[in-house]
Formats: sequence, C-alpha cells, structure tokens
Amino acid sequence: MKKLVVIGAGMASGRVLEHLTDADPDAYEITLFNAETRGNYNRIMLSPVLSGEKTYAEIVTHDSDWYAARNVDCRFGEQIVGIDRETKTVMGEHGPVPYDKLIIATGSAPFIIPVPGKDLPGVISYRDLDDTNAMIEASAKGGNAVVIGGGLLGLEAAAGLALRGMSVTVVHLNGHLMERQLDEAAGYLLRKDLEAKGISVRTQATTRAIIGDGRAEAVLLEGDETLPADLVVMAVGIRPETRLATDAGLEVARGIEVNAQMQTSDSDIYAVGECVEFDGNLFGLVAPLYDQAKVLAHALLDEADAFVVKDVATKLKVTGCDLFSAGDFAEGEGREDIVFRDPARGIYKRLVIEGDKLVGAVMYGDTADGTWFFGLIKDETEIDDMRETLIFGPAFQGGDTADPLSAVAALPRDAEVCGCNGICKGTITDAIANGATDLAAIRATTKASASCGTCTGLVEQVLQVTLGDEFVLPTAQPVCGCCDLTHEDVRRLIKSQELKSQEAVWQELGWKTRNGCHVCRPAINFYLLADWPVEYRDDPQSRFVNERKHANIQKDGTFSVVPRMWGGITNPDELRAIADAADKYNVPTVKVTGGQRIDLLGVKGEDLPAIWADLNKAGMVSGHAYSKGLRTVKTCVGTDHCRFGTQDSTGLGIKLEQVLWGSWTPHKVKLGVSGCPRNCAESTCKDVGIICVDSGYQIGVAGAAGMDLMETQRLCDVATEQEAIDVTVAFVQLYRENAKYLDRTYKWVAKVGLDWVQERIADPAERARLIAAFELSQSIYRKDPWAEHAQTQAAQYQPLADLTLEAAE
Amino acid sequence: MSWIDIGHIDDIPLRGARKIKTSHGCVALFRTGVDEVFAASDACPHKGGPLSEGIVHGQSITCPLHNWVFDLNTGQAKDLAPGEEGHIATYPVRLDEGRILIEGAKLASRSAA
Ligand code: SRM
Ligand SMILES: Cc1cc2nc3c(=O)[nH]c(=O)nc-3n(C[C@H](O)[C@H](O)[C@H](O)COP(=O)(O)OP(=O)(O)OC[C@H]3O[C@@H](n4cnc5c(N)ncnc54)[C@H](O)[C@@H]3O)c2cc1C
Ligand code: SF4
Ligand code: FES
Repeated sequence: MKKLVVIGAGMASGRVLEHLTDADPDAYEITLFNAETRGNYNRIMLSPVLSGEKTYAEIVTHDSDWYAARNVDCRFGEQIVGIDRETKTVMGEHGPVPYDKLIIATGSAPFIIPVPGKDLPGVISYRDLDDTNAMIEASAKGGNAVVIGGGLLGLEAAAGLALRGMSVTVVHLNGHLMERQLDEAAGYLLRKDLEAKGISVRTQATTRAIIGDGRAEAVLLEGDETLPADLVVMAVGIRPETRLATDAGLEVARGIEVNAQMQTSDSDIYAVGECVEFDGNLFGLVAPLYDQAKVLAHALLDEADAFVVKDVATKLKVTGCDLFSAGDFAEGEGREDIVFRDPARGIYKRLVIEGDKLVGAVMYGDTADGTWFFGLIKDETEIDDMRETLIFGPAFQGGDTADPLSAVAALPRDAEVCGCNGICKGTITDAIANGATDLAAIRATTKASASCGTCTGLVEQVLQVTLGDEFVLPTAQPVCGCCDLTHEDVRRLIKSQELKSQEAVWQELGWKTRNGCHVCRPAINFYLLADWPVEYRDDPQSRFVNERKHANIQKDGTFSVVPRMWGGITNPDELRAIADAADKYNVPTVKVTGGQRIDLLGVKGEDLPAIWADLNKAGMVSGHAYSKGLRTVKTCVGTDHCRFGTQDSTGLGIKLEQVLWGSWTPHKVKLGVSGCPRNCAESTCKDVGIICVDSGYQIGVAGAAGMDLMETQRLCDVATEQEAIDVTVAFVQLYRENAKYLDRTYKWVAKVGLDWVQERIADPAERARLIAAFELSQSIYRKDPWAEHAQTQAAQYQPLADLTLEAAE
Repeated sequence: MSWIDIGHIDDIPLRGARKIKTSHGCVALFRTGVDEVFAASDACPHKGGPLSEGIVHGQSITCPLHNWVFDLNTGQAKDLAPGEEGHIATYPVRLDEGRILIEGAKLASRSAA
C-alpha cells in the first residue's frame, strides 16, 4: 500500500481524510501528525467554547474511534521539523517517517505585532484550544482585558471574555470594526451593539507597547494613553504557516503555491488549507478549504477535479450581533449602490450592483436574506427585473418601502423633543393619549414647540406616528434627497439621540444614500461639531473646498488668501510680511477688502502651505474669509483718536475678534463696533453690531447687507465692556446651537423670534451656560488652521504623481 | 495594459481627492467612503472647475465652482437642466495591496480636449 503522510490535523486535512477514506479506505496507509496534542475539532466553534456556550467535547469532529476505524496512525503532539524530498521522508520529533505522497496542512500562525512587551506572560493569541483555555483561565480572575484587533477573531474573543465577566476594551487600528468585511455603516451598528454589551471600542488606535513588570499589566497606545490589562489578546491577523515548505525548497509566495489540483511545485507533495496560495489568493474561512479538500481527495485517487475560487460569505458568531457580508462590496469601478436603513429596527442593508449583476452585499440587524443574496452573487444571476425591490429580499418582490417616519418612531420615551422646555417624547404621547390631537393642543398642554418653534416638525411627526392616518402631516422641506427630515428635525434628533458621528446620523435618521451628498454632508458636519465639540472631530472632506483648504477658490482654480487683521488694525511689520509674500509667490492682485483687511488673490494651490507658513512667521493667522464662521469685526477709530468717540470701539472689536475667531457657525458671522451713533463701522447691518454710547453699549443683532439688506434689531443695552462681550458670545453660541445650516442670523431670528432670543440671553444661568459651551468648543477650534495644515498636511497640496514624462512616451 | 503605480491609497484622504499631472493636463484620483478609487479628468466641462477640489459623496463628485455632480463610474453629469451637456473622461485604475495603479495607455492616448 502507498504511504500518505499528513502534516497538521486541522479543518482542511480532516475533510481530506473523510473524503479519501469514504471513497477508498484501502488506497493509502495514513500517518497523521499534529502539533496540537489532539486530533481534529471544529476550530470555528472555539468562540462558543470561550463564551461557555459549548464544551470542547461538543466540537470534536474526529475522535479516536473514527481514526481507529480508518486505520489512521495518529501522532498527535508531535511536530514535523523537516521534509527530505530526496529520500521522501518527513522528520518527526520522534524520528523519520517515509511517504509516497505528502500533504502539508499546517494552517496559519497568528500575526504578532512587533511591539515591546509582546512576549510577556498574559499576552495570548487566539488560534487553538490551548489559547482558548488560557483565556478562560485568565478570565476566572476577572479584571481588565484588552483585545488588539477588531476583526472577526478579536471581536469573538472580546464577546467571550465579556460574557465571562471581564471588562473588555477592543483596540482597532482602522476607522471602523471588521473593515475587511463591513462598510462604515455596518461597522457603526456593530460597534453600537458591542458597546451595549459593555465592551469599549477604540478605533483608529495604534498600540505602541505592552507594559508590565514580569507580566502584562497595561497596553500603551499612540498618544500616550494606557489601558489597564490583566490579559492582552492579540488578534490582528494570520499568516500562512509555510516554514516547512520554504525549508524544503518548495515554491512559496505569501502561501505555499499550489495548482488547481492542490499540488505544490513537487508533484508528490500537496498542500491544503490556510497555508496555501492559489492564483494569488489566500484563504481564511473554511468554505473554500472544504472545496480544496474535495479536490485533493480526488487528486490522491487520480480522479479529475479542479479547485476554483468562489466568493465567500462572513458571519460573526457573537450573540446579538447579526451581520452578514459577501462578495466584493468595496474596491472596483462601475458599481452602483442600493441602500436601505430602518433606524427603528437598527437595520442596514447595502447591495452593490455591477452592470446587471449583484456583486456584493453587506447587512446588519436583519440578515435573513443573506443566503438568498449570496446565491445571487455566486450564480451571477441577472437582477435587472428585480432591481427596484431587490433590497427587500425574496419575500418582498413588489412590496415594502422605507418608512420616512421610522426615525421618530424609533425614539425612546425619554428622548427630548422640545429643547426649550425640556419636553420628552413620552410627555407628548401621553398628552395625545389624553386627547391633545393637534399641534395647538400639544402646545397648550405640554408647551412643546411653544417657544422657539424649531421642533414643530418633530412634534408633528410624533403626532403622526401616534395617531396614524388621523393626523395629516404638513409637508416640510427635507434637507435634501438623501433623507426625509428637515434641518430642524435633524438638529433636534442629533441632540436628543446623542448622535455623535456621521455614521450614527446616516443610520439612525434613515439616510437613503451611503454617505450623504454635497448638500447634507457640510450641514451634518457642522451640526455634529457644534453639538459635540469634544466627541466629534471636524471632517474636512465634508466641507466645501474653501473651508477645507482655508483659502477662497477662484474661477481659474487658484486661491485667495486673507490673513486676519484684528479689528482692522495692522502695523508696518505685518504689511511688510504681506508685501514680501506677494512678491515671493507672484501674487497677481493685492486688494483691500470690504472687511478692513488685505486679500492676496491668485495664489497657486501648491503654494498655499508655503505662503501660510511665511505669514504665520510674521504672527498672522487665517482670516477665515471663506468660512461659515467668524469673519471680520469691523471697527472705527473710537476714543483713541476721534473727537466724538464715547468708548474704546477699536479695543472692543479686537477683543471680540480674539474671543470669537476660529469658531464655526451655521452661516458667516460679521461684527461691527462703532464708537458713536455716527456708526462709521456700519454696525447697523452686521450679525452683531455694537454702538458705543456714553452710558455703555447698544447691542444690535440680525443685520446683514448682502442679498438682503437688514437693519439690526436691538437685543439689549449693557453698561460694561465685559457684558458686551458676554452677550455677544452668548448670542453667537445660541445661534450655533439652534440655527439651520446656511441661515444667516437674520433668518434664524425671524424664525425663533427676537423675544425668545432676548429671554435666553437675559437669563443669567442660560447666559453662563452658553458662554461655557462656546469656550469648550473654542478650546478645540480657536487654533490657526494654516499652521496645522502647513506642518502636517503640506504634501496633500501637491500632485500625487507627475506623469508628464510617462504619458508623453 | 500598462499599469503605472502612482501612490498608496492612504495618500488620498477618505472621501477625498488628489490629482496627478500628465502631459495633457491633470487627472483627478477620487477615493470614496469605502476603499475604492476612481480616476477622471480634473477639469469640469462647465467652466473648467478643478474637480479634485470638490466634495466626494457616494460614487459621485460635486464640482467646487457651481455644483455640477458627476457619476464617477461613467463620467456622466447628473441632474443637469434640459439642454445642458456634461461628461468627463474616466480612466481605468485598480488597487493592488493598497497601491493605486492607473492604466498608462489610455492616459497617454487621450486627446488634449
Ligand atoms: C473679498 C470680498 C470682496 C472685496 O474685495 O472686498 C468678498 C468676496 C466674496 N464674497 Fe463677500 N466679500 C467681501 C465682503 C462682503 C461684504 C461687506 C462686508 O463684510 O462688510 C458683504 C455684505 C455684508 C454681509 O455679508 O451682510 C458681502 C456679501 C457676500 C454674500 C452675501 C451674503 C448674504 O447673506 O446675503 C456672499 C454669498 C454668501 O456668503 O453666500 C458673499 C461671498 C463672497 C465670496 C466668498 C464668493 C465665493 O464664494 O467665492 C467672494 C470671494 C471672492 C474671491 O474670489 O476671493 N459675500 N461680502 C470681501 C471680503 C471681506 C473680508 O475681509 O473678509
Ligand atoms: C477562533 C476562531 C474562529 C473562527 N471562526 C470561523 C468562522 O466563523 N467561519 C470560518 O469560515 N472560519 C473561521 N475560522 C477560521 C477557520 O478555523 C480556519 O480557516 C480553518 O481552521 C483553517 O484550516 P486549516 O486546516 O488550514 O488549518 P488549522 O485548522 O489551523 O489546522 C492546522 C493544524 O496544523 C498543525 N500544525 C502546524 N504546523 C505543524 C507542524 N509543523 N507539524 C505538525 N502539525 C502542525 C496546527 O497545530 C493545527 O492543528 C475561525 C478560526 C478561529 C481560530
Ligand atoms: S460682489 Fe462678492 S460675490 Fe459678487 S462678484 Fe464681487 S466679490 Fe464675488
Ligand atoms: S465649473 Fe464645474 S460646475 Fe461650473
């Protein structure tokens, strides 16, 4: 009988042996080596063993009776250390064994990131039963676990350890979890579900070291944060286990190279499983390995068969996290998306179509149709006829559409709907139950939407959700085609549902597109940073180019650059620096603006970082002349020089500009401070215009002189300069918190009413809260964007590559 | 096909763009919200706006000058007013282990128009 030696008793070789011995029990005399001290078990079920939902005995696939019945000589616990192809023998730890045919099925080895402390006791990878048992043992003492890696393995380990009572943090390098299988939206939902299980998730976090005295005690992240850790699980990826093959001189790329019959470059040696590379592909899930196993068994019996690579589908074995991903939903050209979100039920589905075929699917929350979609992908079914209703799955060919009210239906009872009066959804539904069935009745009984009125749309939607057809919803203008909600509704929901990321908004508010459009994205970006200045990070890619590059784009694609001149005051040094910059960068036009400062027009995009760096060196910062943010504070010469000046208007203007600069607002904000009612700073047509008088300061708001000419309305009069600053800051913050994106102050005040604004600013507690909230935000945004860009992002301003030579050839 | 390596995907911000210079003008490389990259002419057919400075959303780009929107798959302008025409040339690109490869032949053969 021919001798078959198998190295590795894993999931792939186990299947080979099943097929082979079923087809012809007497074809080979089989010797099976395994480095583990046991035979074949279902490795993918280690996670249920870790979480306690299964025992090891339940996941064994081949026991000693099975091997005995098939005459397999088992050498478990014995590692193969070498292959001699000349003599056709393998070297076991207990001596050589000859073969006629050899199978290498050594699987993969966990990838260990090369950081200091990686070898400390208490650092475990996740591959086999021994690792699993080590984790179970460590978790018996409770304490903190840090799992490095937010992929399939890492998350299953995290969920298991959490179930065993450890306090678990997942540290993940990428922006969202399982980025290879999920898109951002599904990654967001997964994170939310894991967090609900008490697992903390840190994305975009790089591990610098594992620290501890004699054993792991903490994980040190980039940015110097430390996470306490009694146990560290490293699950950052796997690498095909190819050492034996390399030493034996077989052809090895990333994995052991095989042909479609699983044959290596030596015709008597086969390889199967995660250790192989076929046609440039590596494998990390069992489905393709089972195909390989069947092909290999056929090859050993001289039957024709060939392995082909098919799409694979992924599921995560964490209870309560229902996800599915299949096919190719990311890279590629010529693709089209269909997106469905049901915030009420936490569902997200995205299908990717190329031509008339489905090529990829990502689902979260409801994955019942996963197999059906996977079938369409694998079979390359033409889906043109079902395109319209495809996303609803096989049961709904013709039915169901997304419910525009589901975001409001999903709100919990304690979600605040009316911010002014602190009225929650539950209070409103109770009032409806007690007979308040229209807006006026709700206002009268609960006060909801009775103050500034911006939550009116939401209150109406609560009425509609509660009363159904009995209430006719007035049609409101949604933000854009991506959603069904108005700006005001979106703003309220971001606050009440504590939505702190774009993904949270897309999902919870039922966006119909993958990531918004040029209309909604800048608005949502502003709302998020205004409401959650600390938690949300400004996203430059959701900004118009002027705000992204901190310069104003011109019709020919060049830019204009305007440095700040505080209150319109400058000096010879600044003027010299501006003149030098204009010379150095060949600035074609230098213009005095209508806002009391100097504009350098026609600067090349590539020169921006350098010209900013030069202006910064002379002490000048960005004038935000492009921004929906603080623009200029125009002043007059005031008491310093003018015979009519009553207060230091120039000084107050400078102070105001220094407090407010860098802040983002719904639309631009312009200020003026005039030293007397002659009003040389044109204060009466500014968003905030202050006129100094003998008795103090008259503060007007909501003026403008653009497309509409609006005279300011008097907000209040104050006696001291500090009060003038306080009132201005409080007003700007109230505007930031409440206005619709792209409403100038005059439009917003017209909507909420000057009375309402006056009441808020007059209330000492509210005024103090507004000032504190503004300061908190400014601790992040009162920074010169030019300096930051010039230092850290200068490369982004240059072309990615210069192919002028190549293309000419 | 001659594929030219022009950089790593992380050189382009997520939902952002960069441009490359060719002897016939600039070509813009767009990276969408998932890791996919598209290449198209950088010049808007409306009034020549630099598309690489626009906002990338879904698989579309909005021109920074007057908000024309182009489908990056086809290069076709979307939702134009009746009578308006707009199309940008697109170029084959592919990703290999994070490296961005652009097809050289079509780049070289494109007309200056
Ligand atoms: C540079 C400047 C004109 C000048 O040469 O003086 C200017 C230039 C632009 N203004 Fe202005 N505005 C300038 C003072 C004004 C003023 C006068 C003022 O601030 O005292 C007004 C009227 C006052 C007001 O805003 O209420 C003004 C009302 C507008 C408007 C209409 C706003 C409105 O609410 O109706 C726009 C359009 C917009 O912002 O949406 C606009 C937009 C623009 C833009 C940014 C258009 C654009 O998006 O490209 C212009 C950029 C030109 C360029 O290519 O760089 N500009 N603009 C002034 C810059 C002042 C500064 O130092 O920052
Ligand atoms: C915790 C966990 C959960 C998973 N969940 C899923 C899932 O849900 N779905 C899915 O499709 N896949 C899942 N996988 C992946 C799946 O388990 C692997 O794809 C599969 O086990 C690979 O099979 P294999 O035979 O190539 O390697 P393995 O099953 O790893 O077997 C290789 C064996 O070879 C032995 N060996 C290595 N070198 C030598 C040597 N020199 N001498 C002797 N013996 C040696 C090893 O000890 C090992 O026992 C999971 C994996 C893990 C670890
Ligand atoms: S008025 Fe303002 S927006 Fe209009 S052309 Fe002049 S600078 Fe441009
Ligand atoms: S130049 Fe692109 S829209 Fe006008």
